[in-house]
Amino acid sequence: MSTTDAGPQRPTWLQHPSLRIGVIATLLFLLLGFVSIVWTPYPIEAVNVSDAMKDFSLTHLLGTDHLGRDMLSLVMKGTLTSFIVAAIAVVIGALIGVPFGLAAAAWGGPAEWTILRVNDFLFAFPALIIAILITTLFGPSAINAMIAVGIFNIPVFARVARGGALSLKTLDYVAAARLAGLGGIEIARRHILPNITSLIIVQATIQLAMGILAEASLSYVGLGTQPPATSLGLMLKDAQTYALLRPSLAIIPGLTIIFIVVALNLAGDGLRDLLDPRLRRIGAARGAA
Amino acid sequence: MIWFTAQKLLGLIATLLVAAAIIFVALDLLPGDPARFILGINATPDSVAALQQQLGLDRPPLERFVGWIGGMFSGNFGVSYSQGVPVGELIAGRLAVTLPLTILAMILSTIVGLPLGILAARKRGSVADTGLMLLAQLGVAVPNFWFGMLLVLLFAVTLHWLPPGGFVPWYENPLGSIASLILPSLALALPQAAILARVMRTALVDVQGSDYIRAARAKGLTMSEAVWRHGVRNALLPVLTILGLQFAYLVAGTVIVENVFYLPGLGRLIFDAINARDLILVRSSIIILVLAVIATMFITDLCYAWADPRLRDRRGE
Repeated sequence: MSTTDAGPQRPTWLQHPSLRIGVIATLLFLLLGFVSIVWTPYPIEAVNVSDAMKDFSLTHLLGTDHLGRDMLSLVMKGTLTSFIVAAIAVVIGALIGVPFGLAAAAWGGPAEWTILRVNDFLFAFPALIIAILITTLFGPSAINAMIAVGIFNIPVFARVARGGALSLKTLDYVAAARLAGLGGIEIARRHILPNITSLIIVQATIQLAMGILAEASLSYVGLGTQPPATSLGLMLKDAQTYALLRPSLAIIPGLTIIFIVVALNLAGDGLRDLLDPRLRRIGAARGAA
Repeated sequence: MIWFTAQKLLGLIATLLVAAAIIFVALDLLPGDPARFILGINATPDSVAALQQQLGLDRPPLERFVGWIGGMFSGNFGVSYSQGVPVGELIAGRLAVTLPLTILAMILSTIVGLPLGILAARKRGSVADTGLMLLAQLGVAVPNFWFGMLLVLLFAVTLHWLPPGGFVPWYENPLGSIASLILPSLALALPQAAILARVMRTALVDVQGSDYIRAARAKGLTMSEAVWRHGVRNALLPVLTILGLQFAYLVAGTVIVENVFYLPGLGRLIFDAINARDLILVRSSIIILVLAVIATMFITDLCYAWADPRLRDRRGE
C-alpha cells in the first residue's frame, strides 16, 4: 500500500495525518487482541463471584464484570474475536465479490446483467436478516455472524471491483493485452486485478469497521458469538442487565468498539485520499447490520 | 413515468418472489423435516406425523410454496405454532410499534443530518465544518444499541425524564406511546444522522463547483441564493439514494434497538420465534422485513425518477 503513486511528490503514507492516526490506532488494537492469544492478565473463564463488579484498581485495571471476570482480559479477548469475525467476513466478501465484479466488467452483456441483478438483490438484505435465517437453521454462533456479514460484503466488493475494472478497461495497456491475444479472464487476472488492489484494500478497511459494528449488533441480540467465548458485542449484551449498577460494564466495551471503528475509518478515508481523491464517493455510506 | 413505474413494480415483485423462494427453501426444505425441527429430537413419530399434517407438510413442496405466497396476498400468513394465533395478527400488532419507531427515527435523522451537512458544506474548511465532520466520524462509529443504553442511563435512570423501556399501547395513551419511542428513536437516529450529514456535505461541495452555480452567480445571485435555489435541490439526488438505503437499515436497526428498550416490536417477535423454533412465524416475519426493505427501494427509485427526469426517460436500461 505504500508504493502507490499519489501525484508528483509521492508522499509517504505516514505524512497523511488521519491515515497515520488511523493505522497506528488500528495496529495498537490488533496488538491488544493478538496478545490475548498468549497472555491476558487473568483467564477469562475464571469466574469468581466474590470479586464481582469491582472498581478500577491496580489488580484489575478496568475492574471486574458481574461474574468477577477481569474486564481488561475480556476486552482483549473480545477485541480479538470482533476483529476475527469482521476480518473473515471481509475475506468472504472479497473472495466472492471481486471475481464476480471483474467478470461482470470483463464479459458485459447478459452475464453482467445477471451479476448486477444478483448484486442489487443482495444489497437489499441487511446482514441481520441473513443472520436470522442462518441462526434459525443452525443455531447461534460466531460463524453465523461471519457468514452473514460476509454475504453482506459480497455486493460491496463486487461493485468496487466492477467500477475499478470498467475505468481501466479503456486504457491502452488493456487494449495491448487484448491485441496480444489474451482473453477477458486472463486480462482481468493479470492486468486489472493488480491495479485495483488499492481500491479493494480501502474498501476492506471500511468493511472491517462495519463488520466490527455488525458483529457487535448480532452478538448483542444473541445471533453471534456465544459464551464462554467473548466479543465486544457479547460483553454489551451481558452488561445490559448490570448497567444500572455499574455503567462502566457497558461503557468500556462500547468505547472500545467506537475507538476501533473510528481508527479503521480514519485509516480507510486517509488511504482513499492518498490513493485517489476522486474515489471518495465509491461505496459511500452504508450501515451494516 | 408510467412505463418506469411498471418496470420497477415488476422488479419489486420479482425480487420479492426470489426472496420468498430462498426463505422457503432454507426454512422448509433444507434441514430435513420442519415438524421434527419444531418438536426437537425427543419427539415421537406419531406427534411428528400429526404436526406434519397440521402444518400441511405432507403436501408437495411446490403446493406449499404457492399456498404460502397466495395466502400472503390475501393476508393469511398461517397460524403461529408457538402462540396459536394467526401470524398476520401477531405481525400487525408488532408493526404498530416497529413502524412508528422507524419513521420517527427517520424523521429525526433527516432533520438533524441534512441541515448539519448543508452547514458544513457552506462553511467548508471552517472550524464548524471540521468540528461537525469529527462529530460525524464519531457518530458513524457508535453502535446504536449501545447509544440507547447510555440514553436510558442518562434520561431515564438519572434524570427520570422519560421511561427506561416498555411500551404503552396506542389505544391506552398515545402520548405515553410516543414518550416510550423517543429514546429508542434517538438511539437509532444518531448514526444515521451522521451518515446523512457526511453525504449531504459531500454532495453539496461537489455541486458548488458546478457550471450552473457559476451561471447563477453570473446572473447576479449571491452564493447563498445560488446554492439554495439550485445547489441543494441537485445535491439532494445522491442523498435520496442514501435515505432509501437508510430506511432499510433503520428497519434492521429497530429490530436490534427494541431489545434495549424492551419494546414489543417485530424484533422481539422474531427472536422469540427463533427460540421457540416457530418456523412459520420466523418465515413470515422475515418476509415482512424483506418487503419493507424492497418497498423502500421501490419508493426511492420512484422519487429519484420524479426528481431527475433523465432517469425516467431512459427507457429500457
